[in-house]
Amino acid sequence: MANKIPRVSVREQDPRVRATNFDEVCYGYDGEEARTEASRCLGCKNPRCVAACPVGINIPAFIGKVLEGDMAAASAVIAEDSSLPSICGRVCPQETQCEGSCILGIKGEPVAIGKLERYVGDWSLENDCKSCDKAPANGHRVAVIGSGPSGLACASDLAKTGYDVTVFEALHKLGGVLVYGIPEFRLPKERIVAREIDSLRELGVKFETDVVVGRTITIDSLLDDEGFDAVFIGSGAGLPRFMGIEGENLNGVVSANEFLTRANLMRAYDEGYDTPIYVGKRVAVVGGGNVAMDAVRTAKRLGAEATIIYRRSEAELPARREEVHHAKEEGIEFRMLTNPTRVLGTDNGWVRGLNCVEMELGEPDESGRRSPVVKEGSDFELECDVVIMALGTSPNPLLKQTTEGLETNRRGCIVADEAGATTRKGVFAGGDAVTGAATVILAMGAGRRAARAIDEYIRNGKA
Amino acid sequence: MFKIVEKRPLAENIWLLRVEAPRVAQSALPGQFVIVRVDEQGERVPLTIADFDPADGTVTIVIQTIGVSTRKMCALAEGDCLADFAGPLGNPSEFVKMSSEELRDRRYLFVAGGVGTAPVYPQVKWLHEHGVAADVIIGAKTESMLIYTDEMAAVADNLYIATDDGSRGFKGMVTGKIKELIETEGKHYDECVAIGPMIMMKFVTLTTREYSLPTTVSLNALMVDGTGMCGACRVSVDGRMLFTCVDGPEFDGHKVDFDEAMRRQSMYRSHEAQANEKHKCDCYGK
Repeated sequence: MANKIPRVSVREQDPRVRATNFDEVCYGYDGEEARTEASRCLGCKNPRCVAACPVGINIPAFIGKVLEGDMAAASAVIAEDSSLPSICGRVCPQETQCEGSCILGIKGEPVAIGKLERYVGDWSLENDCKSCDKAPANGHRVAVIGSGPSGLACASDLAKTGYDVTVFEALHKLGGVLVYGIPEFRLPKERIVAREIDSLRELGVKFETDVVVGRTITIDSLLDDEGFDAVFIGSGAGLPRFMGIEGENLNGVVSANEFLTRANLMRAYDEGYDTPIYVGKRVAVVGGGNVAMDAVRTAKRLGAEATIIYRRSEAELPARREEVHHAKEEGIEFRMLTNPTRVLGTDNGWVRGLNCVEMELGEPDESGRRSPVVKEGSDFELECDVVIMALGTSPNPLLKQTTEGLETNRRGCIVADEAGATTRKGVFAGGDAVTGAATVILAMGAGRRAARAIDEYIRNGKA
Repeated sequence: MFKIVEKRPLAENIWLLRVEAPRVAQSALPGQFVIVRVDEQGERVPLTIADFDPADGTVTIVIQTIGVSTRKMCALAEGDCLADFAGPLGNPSEFVKMSSEELRDRRYLFVAGGVGTAPVYPQVKWLHEHGVAADVIIGAKTESMLIYTDEMAAVADNLYIATDDGSRGFKGMVTGKIKELIETEGKHYDECVAIGPMIMMKFVTLTTREYSLPTTVSLNALMVDGTGMCGACRVSVDGRMLFTCVDGPEFDGHKVDFDEAMRRQSMYRSHEAQANEKHKCDCYGK
């Protein structure tokens, strides 16, 4: 009978209102809504959702606890496999993971697993719920490079196991991509990210900002001079890609990283902050991933007419479904099967438009997606005064360049085994630095696996 | 928080700040820069390192008040703190990696303009300490705008001053002085290093090209993070797109597209002008 109940829709800010502010779009469930939604779960014997979760959260078990109204227990179930439920509930691509494989989704709507996870995560942040005990200090020290999802997850698990952990962050604020990349309207910084970091501080994790490992200090100096027993690299994939087309250095062309960093990290949208941001009147965002959606919706909120330009069709958009849906509601224009070939400039060197071609889908490529092919003679001009390139990012080569024996592959990603061990003894890595740009949940999972490997390495006398 | 242990004026609107930053002081080398944020609301401002002392853990920066953030920095007093001081960033100067054999017979000509004189100092000092002779030209509009002349005189082989109005030293631009040294005085140099305003560096490279004198320039591009993340500092060098923060800040001056670099520097200028107006009203209008 359970599946006769329709999926409980989640309350959201009115699109016309939210397109002008940076407050969170989605309000999330209240207790009653959460219990009603939880009642839809069939509690499958062989839950397909668990298999589809990158970190294997026992989803039916935590949903069962929500149904019982025992949030502390629900929180404890999630904590066995995930350390950032408030964040993952908001940013995971549930439609291709847990919810995408929910049995209810075959004939109707899947259980809103993401919204339930978010509800439990927020509940435990608000109720200061400490679901895990901390082992006594073991006297060993571990350095974590980067305070993004993988670094935080690794630091959290190591601290709980009794390690003395210091996290080194290059920027002035903690959180990595959670802070510089994902906008406030999708992931509130003070209420969620800062609270998650505070809970690590309570575990005894130390943080040092403004430390660029590879420049300010090196991995060698951490191991040899500062007395760390092991190092975890969670430095992410921060280097923006450009298309390599003519006119890309015109004034008004920025990377999505730059645009979002100015808005999110530097709070350029806030009158009280000094960092400038150039928004223009018509913004074209090139790309179809979550970063492209974040950039285009930020531009809209800053008052521009904003368009997504993507070379494949809507079905291939790599962004989360919910973000595409929200973007459309907010009045973002989507130009699919379109690819820029040249950025057009004024005599003064400012962007005045994009020369584009129309595309059509051909044979599937190595990623399994149908590759776009240029439609002959389809050139046209698209007027815009700002172009934001959201084409993906690659890992920063700095750590490889400054660490003897640390290998990377041809894409610049650090070579590490399943557990996170790199080619350099005592140095572990995980997250986007290893995989290239991926998701928060994968990075978090890699950080936790590396924490276990580091524990084992140190217990075995660093052999 | 990073404490200012010394602050003094060097010229009108130009201040020297010596800052307690032990980790940066320990690792800094000539040619590198730092990112400084004055307070929670401040911008991340890239500033070249003017000196560093690993022993006492301090790093010296020289700031010209051109925007809101630099004005706020220079309004701080000794004992006050800067919110953030990250570095050293960018690559050290090429010569730092050279062996003493390679360096021994090389002759360097440094051309310093305005506030760009400050980052020239640690380079000349480093060469001096390694027994390498370097001539230095410091250029400024007028005598009162000259900085670092005494410090430079102590480490340079020959120090030449050039002022636009002739109030001190050679009357004219630094490029005129370069011509005089090479053509009239018959000096030979293996490399020129020019640091100063973009327009000065552009004209220095045009001049040195005539003498086929290899010339290194240090670009002061716009940046947000300074670690390779934003790409705001991208510059065309020999037709390739490079990032000033991670590929530079020093480049082969004969290959840099200066016109593009200058245009890109002006991207936020109208915003800056507005912000300056607002800041003046807030702070000085009372």
